[in-house]
Amino acid sequence: MSVRLPHLLEVTDSGLYCAAGGFYVDPWRRVERAVITHAHADHARPGCGRYLCAAPGKTVLRTRMGGNATIDAVRYGAPTTINGVTVSLHPAGHVLGSAQVRIEHRGEIWVATGDYKLQADPTCAGFEPVACDVLITESTFGLPVYRWPDPALVAAEINAWWRANRDAGRTSVILAYALGKAQRLAALVDPEIGPIVAHGAVMKLVEAYRASGVKLPPIDRVPPRARRVGNGRALVIAPPSVLGGSWLKLFGETSLAVASGWMTVRGIRRRRGVEQGFVVSDHADFPGLLAAVEASGARRVLVTHGFADVLARYLRDKGLDAAPLATRFTGETPPDAAGDEDDHDGDDPPAAVSDGDQADHAARLPP
Amino acid sequence: MKHFTALYWQLDAAPRTQDKLAALVAYFAAVTPADAACAVGVLCGARQLRAVSTALLRQWAAEETGLPGWLVEDAYAHVGDLAETLALLLPDAASADAAPRAGLAEMIATTIHAIRDAEEARKREVVTATWRRLAPRERIVWHKLLTGGLRVGVSRTLVARALAELAGVEPAVMTHRLMGVAGGPLDADGFARLLAPETAADDRRPYPFFLAAAVDQPDPAAVATELGPVEAWQAEWKWDGMRAQIVRRGDDVTLWSRGEELVNGAFPEIVAAAALLPPGTVLDGELLAVGRRGPAGGLALLGFAALSKRAGRRTAPKQILTEIPAVFVAYDLVEHGGIDLRPQPLLHRRRVLEAVVPVCFSAALAGPTDGGVLFRSPLVEADSWEALAVRRAESRSRGVEGLMLKRRSSVYGTGRTRGDWWKWKIEPLEIDAVLLYAQAGHGRRAGLHSDYTLGVWDGDKLVTIAKAYSGLADTEIVEIDRIVRTTTLERHGPVRICRPTLVMQLAFEGVAASTRHKSGVAVRFPRIVRWRRDKTPAEAGTLADLRRMLAQFS
Repeated sequence: MSVRLPHLLEVTDSGLYCAAGGFYVDPWRRVERAVITHAHADHARPGCGRYLCAAPGKTVLRTRMGGNATIDAVRYGAPTTINGVTVSLHPAGHVLGSAQVRIEHRGEIWVATGDYKLQADPTCAGFEPVACDVLITESTFGLPVYRWPDPALVAAEINAWWRANRDAGRTSVILAYALGKAQRLAALVDPEIGPIVAHGAVMKLVEAYRASGVKLPPIDRVPPRARRVGNGRALVIAPPSVLGGSWLKLFGETSLAVASGWMTVRGIRRRRGVEQGFVVSDHADFPGLLAAVEASGARRVLVTHGFADVLARYLRDKGLDAAPLATRFTGETPPDAAGDEDDHDGDDPPAAVSDGDQADHAARLPP
Repeated sequence: MKHFTALYWQLDAAPRTQDKLAALVAYFAAVTPADAACAVGVLCGARQLRAVSTALLRQWAAEETGLPGWLVEDAYAHVGDLAETLALLLPDAASADAAPRAGLAEMIATTIHAIRDAEEARKREVVTATWRRLAPRERIVWHKLLTGGLRVGVSRTLVARALAELAGVEPAVMTHRLMGVAGGPLDADGFARLLAPETAADDRRPYPFFLAAAVDQPDPAAVATELGPVEAWQAEWKWDGMRAQIVRRGDDVTLWSRGEELVNGAFPEIVAAAALLPPGTVLDGELLAVGRRGPAGGLALLGFAALSKRAGRRTAPKQILTEIPAVFVAYDLVEHGGIDLRPQPLLHRRRVLEAVVPVCFSAALAGPTDGGVLFRSPLVEADSWEALAVRRAESRSRGVEGLMLKRRSSVYGTGRTRGDWWKWKIEPLEIDAVLLYAQAGHGRRAGLHSDYTLGVWDGDKLVTIAKAYSGLADTEIVEIDRIVRTTTLERHGPVRICRPTLVMQLAFEGVAASTRHKSGVAVRFPRIVRWRRDKTPAEAGTLADLRRMLAQFS
């Protein structure tokens, strides 16, 4: 048996834990010290003693964690020390303030990517590869069928759809996660076509984005107790949770679309029961995942969140030392449960499994 | 190809029938008659021939993309549609948008028909060259054409409406004109004839089949309440065969399945016998497979499974004609002396039918040697609903599915109009079975574990008896999918072996001995009635229960 270096990060019941530094990365339970990659509900939970996040994401995290949370923010790339372990946060390109966590201790460097994308996004800093010994990467879209089209082409598709609806007097409703995707869409479309209207949940984050210095086109809020909104010209951006409720009735005749990486697959789009699916994702596509792994130069890759088994096996086929990292999340994220590609607005992560047999299984790192 | 691809995706996305109709009309108006003719065939479900096997296609795609075979399979299991999976995996064609496009007809001729009988190397050459000039969405449509699997989510009625609008004729006239389209290829001239303002009717076409609806409540009291006095109704056995029309016009015979395919080749003895009918006769009835029960026994019905071995063939070899003899049992006369009898009441049509087809069918005397192959469907006589219910109870032992009830005054309608024709099927057999394996579904259920293999107890072991798909609500399937993922014991490719926790109430039409399932029995038409959340696997049914049913009904 070869001698192994101690793990800088390991999976515990409360999440990814750095024993040397006594802190967790994106814990899924209340813990004393949490380093947060980004403010999505499956990565940032309220109730922790102290949070550390990247400076551009502080306002957004505050919106999510509440006014009383203790949040420390550091500039991207600036090292900080937690119990003698050096920690720095680096742009992940996922949403505003999203970060990869770089951990250095006794000459060993680990990076946990959190969620990330390589595509350009006007609403957040672009992904920067970070050299490391061990990389923990997400794999939400870790199948080669997921390859994102050029965002400019998708923008043109969305604009054409909106314009056609406007000309037919139908309101265009696009369902997207309230944090990140919604703002990115607002920045992507052509505001000359008509007014952009946002659901309250989206609006809260729009304000947080603006307060953080992100430029967004004019966006109207839906007035409280409104009975009828717009005249069929607007583009409405709303979280998927409005489906099935009465809120959509405010807009009269609508055309429904979903913006998500899952919309690549026709069967998933049809199951969502919407007319239009636009492929806009805040995660890396398959080539993006491979590029990020390569750019890290890691000698060992642990894969989590999504098609972990598949991506790990493919990396092994290519000669890398790679293994799936079992977490609280199941191997594949069934798109139905996911709603959007990130989580829903509720507290449950997509496809959370009941505790039980999964828990012991999750408590070990693969050998 | 560009136009047709656009149409395919428009039809796929449009939720409103009006939008689908508009897309169809615009398409037919925009393309050449040759392309339109091809499209009509494809949209109406004309039989497509597979030019390349899906196994070869996967292999070439793996080699083209440099991906390992297992990853292509994993991707397929996730996407649930091979044509789409491959289209998504293949590298983007650099010049796909700029490349000039062949029309649908030319595309089919040069890249599909031309390679059907070619050497493998030649096939591959054409396939990879075509990949390089098609955009991903075009590839999906083309793959489906290439492998003979293109289905479009649009009804024939809607295609007929669109063409009727273009031709300026009644939709019913167009439906009739389209009847034969599935039977053979349509060319540009054929398409022009479809659109002709007034054609001399192509007199080989069958009539649109009139369909029966299932009774809402199968118990006799409810049927009596729903249908009124029994005297107003004609009852017949509901045969377990294949619905068909014999069209005897001019100097030949055409035999049409309900899927509107020409099946002359599969049933030459029926066609030969029908040639003796007077010209201008159309019979609606059922093709049945009959066999001899034991070396000296009488004839017995073999059921749909046996018949389908014949029905799929373009020509039936001699051996199968003797192994699976077929008969045609007529239950309606739709045309007589060249006159459309559909507006006449059933009572009248039946009287004329008795003269045209004098021999009544009974399994005991039927047979290719001793009684001809053309029969009339016998009536099931009873003077009350209760008495009729007693006759209905004989169904399973007779090898029929129940009773057909037709109002004596009914006209021969179109489609499935409720009110005059009813199916009063016998209730299915049922057993509670345990979910043992699960597999991801296709299409709308891609990536969701929705196909289940179920088993019952044989002593202290669970043995598989059936694979079942339907019967659960989408929300239940999503819930079961999560349970499947968390109770998986082993994975074999796309199949997951699960810890037995889920019990399903399984309905089926019959039991037969089988070598395919470990249990030694197979159930016919299994489907899930409901998820028994109230039962544990220990409470599920046993193999002994099924063997008892087998002994009782066969």
